[in-house]
Amino acid sequence: MKVLVPVKRVIDYNVKARVKADQTGVDLANVKMSMNPFCEIAVEEAVRLKEKGAATEVVIVSIGPAQAQETIRTALAMGGDRGILITSDADLEPLAVAKLLKAVVAEEQPGLVLMGKQAIDGDNNAVGQMLSALLDWPQATFASAIEIAGSSAKVTREVDGGLQTLDVDLPAVITADLRLNEPRYASLPNIMKAKKKEIAQKTVADYGVDVAPRLTVVKVTEPAKRSAGVKVESAADLVSKLTTAGVL
Amino acid sequence: MAVLVIADNDNAHLRDGTNKTVTAALKLSGDVDVLVLGKGVSGVADAAAKIAGVRKVLVAESDALGHGIAEAQADAALALAGNYDAILVPATAGGKNFAPRIAAKLDVAPISDIIEVVSADTFVRPIYAGNALETVQSADAKKVITVRPTAFAAAADGGSASVETVSGADAAKTRFVSEEMVKSDRPELAAAKIVVSGGRAMGSAEEFQAVIEPLADKLGAAVGASRAAVDAGYAPNDYQVGQTGKVVAPQLYIAVGISGAIQHLAGMKDSKVIVAINKDADAPIFQVADYGLVADYKSAVPDLMSALTAAGK
Repeated sequence: MKVLVPVKRVIDYNVKARVKADQTGVDLANVKMSMNPFCEIAVEEAVRLKEKGAATEVVIVSIGPAQAQETIRTALAMGGDRGILITSDADLEPLAVAKLLKAVVAEEQPGLVLMGKQAIDGDNNAVGQMLSALLDWPQATFASAIEIAGSSAKVTREVDGGLQTLDVDLPAVITADLRLNEPRYASLPNIMKAKKKEIAQKTVADYGVDVAPRLTVVKVTEPAKRSAGVKVESAADLVSKLTTAGVL
Repeated sequence: MAVLVIADNDNAHLRDGTNKTVTAALKLSGDVDVLVLGKGVSGVADAAAKIAGVRKVLVAESDALGHGIAEAQADAALALAGNYDAILVPATAGGKNFAPRIAAKLDVAPISDIIEVVSADTFVRPIYAGNALETVQSADAKKVITVRPTAFAAAADGGSASVETVSGADAAKTRFVSEEMVKSDRPELAAAKIVVSGGRAMGSAEEFQAVIEPLADKLGAAVGASRAAVDAGYAPNDYQVGQTGKVVAPQLYIAVGISGAIQHLAGMKDSKVIVAINKDADAPIFQVADYGLVADYKSAVPDLMSALTAAGK
């Protein structure tokens, strides 16, 4: 079974995003960029499926600027087999990304699309569900455990109030939640090997998909800041202040 | 313009997020209907009919809907979509699971996790873990929106809408296997008035249970955790407060042994009063806390328990 893993290059997890003074967006100039953490978890899971013999090939796809090639290399160093880079100068909306991925799926015919539940820049949490709907494939989002059994996958999901296990027919779209696994660090030999792995170079235009934006960003602003309050001396002092504030 | 709100429910109870989403919907239109998806949900439908401002309640039932299978939920909503200009869904794990499917099938851009309705086509939503707020204007004729419940007041009861049955939907390629719900007498995290959260400083799941849970029970509070504590296995993922977990805005949020990573602050900074207990005086959590107690939680939490008892709590 071939597994397709879409990955996104985003602002590094540990960097605080700063809003541009002209309110047009977040300043990404000279900011450290990395693979979206949820995508990393998806790559790790796909590689583990291959190591267990449940997957035969792990194909990494990324849609973004030319530098997204580095994100694909990172995934290849973790154990992906080959990559597809679809360059786009514009930051595409989830609907456009889902349509492009649908076109990639038509070409690649994977048995499973495994991807992160959410990118930490747009925080939409939408592409996996939308891709599944466009393909009319079943979906299993927010996965914390995946077990491939023949023509279906048993997926444990993080839901409101606990865990739910679903059995979905393959092909399917599964999105990774935080506790699915802990991604590995690529070893130096694997980083060297990844440099020789093939990355197909494509552009959005190659897929003939309508990616026109549906949303106009009117402005991007900073949220109201909370100011630091007071330090209390003791637990008793704290209780009396909270009682006065009327929140106990 | 008519708006459809899809209720958040567990088949037995209507969840508060529904009332909050109705508030957001009423900012768009006076014609707000509520769709209840589930199985054996007559009680939920009756509760939804009592929300002030709701025109009518539609009920779709099936086994797949009872288990919250996204494919069925989206299909049931799509069958009604022609009658509405906007579909609003609470941005819970369940709502986020199916709302984007509706948008994809309608070929519209979903607008996720809105915190403000600016006008009928313009909304504010947090991005980058709440470090920026994006105001977006939608060009789509039909809108599919998820609503962050903590950003809106709950619509009160006082209505008496009619209840109608509509057709259910199934999911042919997805089967429910099992579920394992956390059983708790504590209030639900997203709706609790007081939340007590523990961080990585707890060091173990046993310590988390021994320290955080008794304090929460004394205060009648829900229990939360930082992502670091969840990642380390000290608390279940369901407790996670933050960008990747739940967003809460209680009257009182008590952070114990939590340093205050950006991603955690994104999930709790709208709380009315924030208390931080941390032995590191430089921890970022103190920059957002109204009341900070610089102390080791090992002594501070028992002291707090005694002080609460002394104050008659």
